Amino acid sequence: MAAETERAWNLRESHLFDRTVIAEIQRAAREGIYDIRGFGAKRHVPHFDDLLFLGASISRYPLEGYRERCATDVTLGTRFAKKPLELRIPVTIAGMSFGALSAPAKEALGRGASEVGTSTTTGDGGMTPEEREHSETLVYQLLPSRYGMNPDDLRKADAIEVVVGQGAKPGGGGMLLGHKISDRVAEMRDLPRGIDQRSASRHPDWTGPDDLEIKIGELREITDWEKPVFVKVGATRTYYDVQLAVKAGADVIVVDGMQGGTAATQDVFIEHVGIPTLPATRIAVEALQELGMHRQVQLIVSGGIRTGADVAKALALGADAVSIGTAALVALGDNSPEYDEQYRQLGSAAGFYDDYQAGRDPAGISTQDDELAARLDPVVGGRKIANYLRVLTLEAQTLARACGKSHVLNLEPEDLVALTVEAAAMARVPLAGTDWIPGATPT
Amino acid sequence: MAAVPAEEVAVEVVDLEKISLRELNQRLHNLAHAPGPSAWRVVNPDGAHAVACGIDVDVEVAIEGHVGYYCAGMNKRATVRVHGNAGPGVAENMMSGQVLVDGNASQSAGATGRGGLLVVRGDASARCGISMKGIDIVVGGSVGHLSAFMAQRGCLVVCGDAGEALGDSIYEARLYIRGEVAELGADCVEKEVRAEHREQLGGLLEAAGIDADPADFRRYGSARKLYNFTIDNAGAY
Repeated sequence: MAAETERAWNLRESHLFDRTVIAEIQRAAREGIYDIRGFGAKRHVPHFDDLLFLGASISRYPLEGYRERCATDVTLGTRFAKKPLELRIPVTIAGMSFGALSAPAKEALGRGASEVGTSTTTGDGGMTPEEREHSETLVYQLLPSRYGMNPDDLRKADAIEVVVGQGAKPGGGGMLLGHKISDRVAEMRDLPRGIDQRSASRHPDWTGPDDLEIKIGELREITDWEKPVFVKVGATRTYYDVQLAVKAGADVIVVDGMQGGTAATQDVFIEHVGIPTLPATRIAVEALQELGMHRQVQLIVSGGIRTGADVAKALALGADAVSIGTAALVALGDNSPEYDEQYRQLGSAAGFYDDYQAGRDPAGISTQDDELAARLDPVVGGRKIANYLRVLTLEAQTLARACGKSHVLNLEPEDLVALTVEAAAMARVPLAGTDWIPGATPT
Repeated sequence: MAAVPAEEVAVEVVDLEKISLRELNQRLHNLAHAPGPSAWRVVNPDGAHAVACGIDVDVEVAIEGHVGYYCAGMNKRATVRVHGNAGPGVAENMMSGQVLVDGNASQSAGATGRGGLLVVRGDASARCGISMKGIDIVVGGSVGHLSAFMAQRGCLVVCGDAGEALGDSIYEARLYIRGEVAELGADCVEKEVRAEHREQLGGLLEAAGIDADPADFRRYGSARKLYNFTIDNAGAY
């Protein structure tokens, strides 16, 4: 025992070659192919945790908690669409495909979102009837693969989201490994069963912002200008992407930070491409403001939204709404300690599980295995999603009231300070206790 | 009541110099819900984009002139004839019906199409039939590079030559090429032409109104070696 203690005190783990790095090098040497996994970035990057609200004081008057109204409604798609989306809360469910997720999981997301008056989104693989039935407001994604794309579903949708990229893999295409290509998934995607499905990284029929404008025009023509058209980009060159999306005619822009989740992508992509959600939010808002289009073209921010504080901070920086993906799966039971033993049998553990690509999810969420999927009751799951969305909203309202705001969209950067120099520079809010905004304040 | 002979069907003439594209498409879309003319003639298209897109009814639309992007996009059931050239993405994501282009087509002709028949009597540019999912495409001339990229289902018939990277990362689509192939893409190989293929090809050529002998064509398709990730194929990913 003494020897063990002495060894523990004497050993020093390399920062560069820690146990995770060693394990990955040795896995790569064994298998000869890059690591593919789900979830989002696991590395530490500046995030909304690095911001604080100032709250009310003598110079700011708070609203009375629980008594004074603090509205949360948001309208998306006011620029061109005949039928904008009217949501009761500014938190939406991000695009996640049937295929990546089980049918009960998709149904639960729709049920939960509908219960609290917000939207959910299809994914790379098309729209299922169950998803449409249980989603009061459904956004239909147009992705490079066009799996399952058809004009009937386009017209059934409440909005269309042209996906240029996602935060987990900006510039990369999708993949769905063979374990999850069931008969139904294969049929929906016009693919042979059991293959490792790849999705293109570029749209097949347009390239660049001028083409995108024409493509959006076609989508509007097909749907008789009824549907709001969203453009989703992974956070990279956010300033230019946002301005070009506005120029192309987007009603709503979705910016997905690098912490955004995925069902299956190379680990090197997830951890090393894109910029964090925090700076992306501020840059996107500035890009819209420069064009005089802030609040005219709505901004949805996603990538690592977990709490009402994250929601409130994103809105304070100027977003109109946020979108959640990974957090919604966690709300459904992903990575729950309840399944720890089964996660360990898969070589993982509760709190660490990221093998969404493998299709063996004990929680029945990221799987196409009927037996596993049956573990997830969509009614119970829907209730959990609704509860979680309510908590996010209540927390955001609590913070907004504390800042004296009668609507969560009235939160503003002036309500925020940063805990770190990095966060201050990225969010362009002062370092707490100073009036210093790195990169913005004249020296 | 006797059926009206085809030649007596009234043709609705729409002049795009006089009415907007929006009005034309709206009127064509309205046919899915209320009866209207079954034959349309669109004049002065002047390279407009998204002409006659999103139709969902058995109707004939003749376009007299050149069109821009996405003509007859997501077409269902309709027959759309372009008496001119077509810009990028003609008949993109078509579900059924027919789209016929008298002249040449720009890139991504028939992209992601899920059904129906696209005929291009002239040449088609790059990415013809990209990600096709069940559409049949017959090209009287040649096609450009990366045609049938990631093609999943359906047939691409090319009476002329095919550019580089034909059928790259192809799935289950069938490619019939009469002329030279500059280069085959990853996992695309030449395959035996059996009687069933000659019969299928003959039917497609006949439907397209193109006089060509199926015996002159070679068939290409997937070697199916990239269907699952393996280290042995790392160089192809």
